Amino acid sequence: MGRWTKFIVGAVAVLVVALLLARLVSNEYFFFAGYVVLQFVVLATAWNILGGYAGYVNFGSGAFFAVGAYTAVALIKAFAAPLLLQLAAAVLVSGLMGLAIGAMTLRLRGIFFSIATVAIAVICETAVLNWGFVGGARGATVLQPPAPALFASYARLLFVVMSLLAVLAVALARYIEISWIGRGLRAIRDNEEAAESVGVPTLKLKLFAATASGALMGMAGAPFPLYMSFIEPTSAFSLNYAVSALAMPIIGGTASWAGPVIGAVLLGSAQQIVTVTLSSELNVLVLGVLLVAFVVAAPDGILGLVRRLLGKAGAK
Amino acid sequence: MQAVSRRKWISRLGALGVTAGLALGGFFPASAHAQHPIRIGLSIAQTGPLSSGGKSGLVALEIWRDDVNARGGLLGRPVELVVYDDQGNPSMTPGIYTKLLDIDKVDLLVAPYGTNPSAPIIPLVKQRDLLLIGNFALDVNSQIRHDKYFNNQPWASAKDGAAPYLALCRKLGAKTIAILAADAEFAQNIAGGIRAGLKDYDLQPVYDQNYPPNTVEFSSMIRAIRAKKPDAVFVASYPSDSTAIIRSVNEIGIGDNVMLFGGGMVGLQYASIMESLGSMLNGVVNYHTWAPEKSMDFPGIRDFLSRYQPRAKQANADSLGFYLPPFDYAIGQILAQAVTATGSLDHKVLAKYLREHEIKTIVGSIRYGPTGEWANPRMIYVQFRGIADKNLDQFRGAGKQVIVAPDAFKTGEVIPFSQSRN
Amino acid sequence: MSFELLGEAIIAGVLLGCFYAAVSVGLSVAFGLLDVPQIAHPAFLVLGAYGAYYLGGFGVDPLLAGVLLTPVFFLAGLAVYRFYHATFESRGTDAGLRGLAFFFGIAFIVEVALILIFGVDQRSVEAAYIGKSISLGDVRLPMRMLVAVGVALVLTAGLMLYLSRTFTGRAIKAVAQDQTALALMGADPVRIKQWAFGIATGTCALAGALLIIVAPVEPGLGRLYIGRTFCVAVLAGLGSMPGTLAAGVILGIAESIVLTSLGASWAPAVAFGLLLLVLAVRPAGLFGR
Repeated sequence: MGRWTKFIVGAVAVLVVALLLARLVSNEYFFFAGYVVLQFVVLATAWNILGGYAGYVNFGSGAFFAVGAYTAVALIKAFAAPLLLQLAAAVLVSGLMGLAIGAMTLRLRGIFFSIATVAIAVICETAVLNWGFVGGARGATVLQPPAPALFASYARLLFVVMSLLAVLAVALARYIEISWIGRGLRAIRDNEEAAESVGVPTLKLKLFAATASGALMGMAGAPFPLYMSFIEPTSAFSLNYAVSALAMPIIGGTASWAGPVIGAVLLGSAQQIVTVTLSSELNVLVLGVLLVAFVVAAPDGILGLVRRLLGKAGAK
Repeated sequence: MQAVSRRKWISRLGALGVTAGLALGGFFPASAHAQHPIRIGLSIAQTGPLSSGGKSGLVALEIWRDDVNARGGLLGRPVELVVYDDQGNPSMTPGIYTKLLDIDKVDLLVAPYGTNPSAPIIPLVKQRDLLLIGNFALDVNSQIRHDKYFNNQPWASAKDGAAPYLALCRKLGAKTIAILAADAEFAQNIAGGIRAGLKDYDLQPVYDQNYPPNTVEFSSMIRAIRAKKPDAVFVASYPSDSTAIIRSVNEIGIGDNVMLFGGGMVGLQYASIMESLGSMLNGVVNYHTWAPEKSMDFPGIRDFLSRYQPRAKQANADSLGFYLPPFDYAIGQILAQAVTATGSLDHKVLAKYLREHEIKTIVGSIRYGPTGEWANPRMIYVQFRGIADKNLDQFRGAGKQVIVAPDAFKTGEVIPFSQSRN
Repeated sequence: MSFELLGEAIIAGVLLGCFYAAVSVGLSVAFGLLDVPQIAHPAFLVLGAYGAYYLGGFGVDPLLAGVLLTPVFFLAGLAVYRFYHATFESRGTDAGLRGLAFFFGIAFIVEVALILIFGVDQRSVEAAYIGKSISLGDVRLPMRMLVAVGVALVLTAGLMLYLSRTFTGRAIKAVAQDQTALALMGADPVRIKQWAFGIATGTCALAGALLIIVAPVEPGLGRLYIGRTFCVAVLAGLGSMPGTLAAGVILGIAESIVLTSLGASWAPAVAFGLLLLVLAVRPAGLFGR
């Protein structure tokens, strides 16, 4: 329990700050942008559980996110389900999808697995495009309910909700990382055959990681329709989510839960600022260049760089 | 050790504080002064598939802004346009409009050009209860029914927009129809209008397919349509698909029994596409908002076009300017009339005025219905006749885009498609 | 669907399939023979297409442009492989994820660079054979697709002959099968692989020109071809040239039939669906080793 005290204190502090911001900051745009950054924290953390810890690269993160969002839409359209129920359902559906790709790892390794995740993503997108109930290609409108007491607008409520989801995601990632599950996943990442021969339950671990990863991504997607008031397949399944979910952990550092958080906060904020001030293409180009630069020169990400710097300083 | 770490902490906190201050400060731009301009905010496609229309519409709005400022502005204050490029992409518009409202703090809003980019904005303005002037969007307010939305386009509704085409089918004695529509908001809306009216016009649908927005290859679909031997073909498509479909029909043929082809193809109104397709357009019947024919000589429009065309050349925009520009100039006129008459910028007051009065513009007088659409639809269908290749100027005069429906604006009788192809 | 329509769909599918084979041949070499996670292959195709577009602006015929650009792409391929090998392959273990992410990032950068240089609008080229068709009885075959068939046959036959008849070609096949043995026999496996990757990238110039001949291109087009090219490369049986042609035709016919019967809404999923099927049932592919 001692390993968790500092973390819990930090987590509570984050939530308190979020609530305070929701009360004090007057400009709505802050919450609009802040929500997106927090959303990427969840996505990056979720991706890292399967990608960074276990070494299975998921290129279809956008699909899990969108499936979560569309589950929420389906529930809203069916019987005006409340946010909590939408979250639960999204977690369930995306988790099942994660389980499915986890099962795929039995037959597919490396690039084959990654291509298969793209395949799943495209098939999901095509299915949603053809599903009239949630609006298909024309999209669906979701009007926000009136904001509850304590919150000046519904967007602020979603901001706080997303902070909570971010804390939960990071907590789960940290738990996995420091437990025997994390050790097993790292063994799989380094050499799967060796791990199996030593008795690591590789299949169970992979299924768990994939399900957790998928479920968290879906969770990130569930409040999205309410946040935008409108959802349509092309932007929900956008490749930008897949690339960001992959680039942020790689740039931040895949070894630990802190890496995706750093990557998401830095890159997410930078993206928001650049999209608003410069063009949105330039922002995507910077992301691509940073990704290649880090993959080539700093494979351990920002975390790795910081550790090296601190290590050098300590040696003095 | 103690002194060093305390210094480190102070400098760290200081750095954090400065960064935080700068970050938060970025969200609070300098406060406005007393005699500040009236700011009208919008996004419009300046790149991307809809850019041809978008750029031309922006030129028209700028002409309007200069006209108004030359006359002393609105309510004695100069008018300023705050414009962003949304690339015709619906995923960009919510962010842009939130920025317009919360960071740029504009006074009035105009919708993005196009049905798809506009659709996400309607819930946004409904939630904040704001006035929005629509810009060439079809049926975006029909479900939400926001009471402060007023469109600049003469569709009225998908059903009203489809009616003249269906009437043409009846006139030609068509019994069967094939429908090909892109899987996106505008195309599905207008195709929906056609589908809803089939029974009233005794039309049997023998083919009804949607295609995903990125499709570039239409041969299979054209082939499948040809095999069904329809009398009429209704296509609802976007600029790139429209071009590809026309080229495909030209390449492999649609069959000799097709009497009516076209309908809801966006892009066949853009000068650049008209010029590049040339004679491949002959016989196609397609929707339009304005054509240089006798029946559409509204007061002020010729003058506007003569001022628009040189400016468009400079801005590298659509050189004809028949499609968006007159109606985007009208957006300015709509806002100006409401603001001047009520002397106010209050959205509720302006909305009430627009609901209750007749608005005079260079595209005629407008009266609004309950969902902000025109009470009397004025969408026309033109047939391309005698088009030669690589000649843009031919479109400037009458007779190349003959208005064949509705009867109120007709300048010629429709000729069956198969007959007008050489 | 009538018999006549089905027949037309199959014929169109064969033409389309040859086109898919032509654009996948480079991937069969890079991924099939060399095991390089070349997920940027479709992006290079689009780059080739824009190259043809750019030269088309000077009045150069697209096919000629493709041929002219082939040496340029070949040299680029040499450089990319040298960099890839030095950075990733020689480092071992974790290189899998990083190598994949590297090419993914490259693909992204290429796409965005194209957007910044050429804009997001569609681009097309003009040529005597684009827009016309040949009539075969009741069926009209678009000429541009026949050009695609020609190029496909030239590329697959040419590469097949190269790989089986020339010394370097056989060395490439050898390095794919057993790197150590090749090294023991005195040839440098890295240089052989570099040469092969250069060839694979070189084909992207001509195949890219084919891309813009067949249909207009826009910078994001690469994404639609990830599924198709990998489907063909995997279905072929990694590294087989005749397999690439056969796999391409199979995919082309499948897509054509789906397009004609079910409509275009499900067309994007055909390639991926077929790919998943192959991976599940026979991962070695048709002619696999």
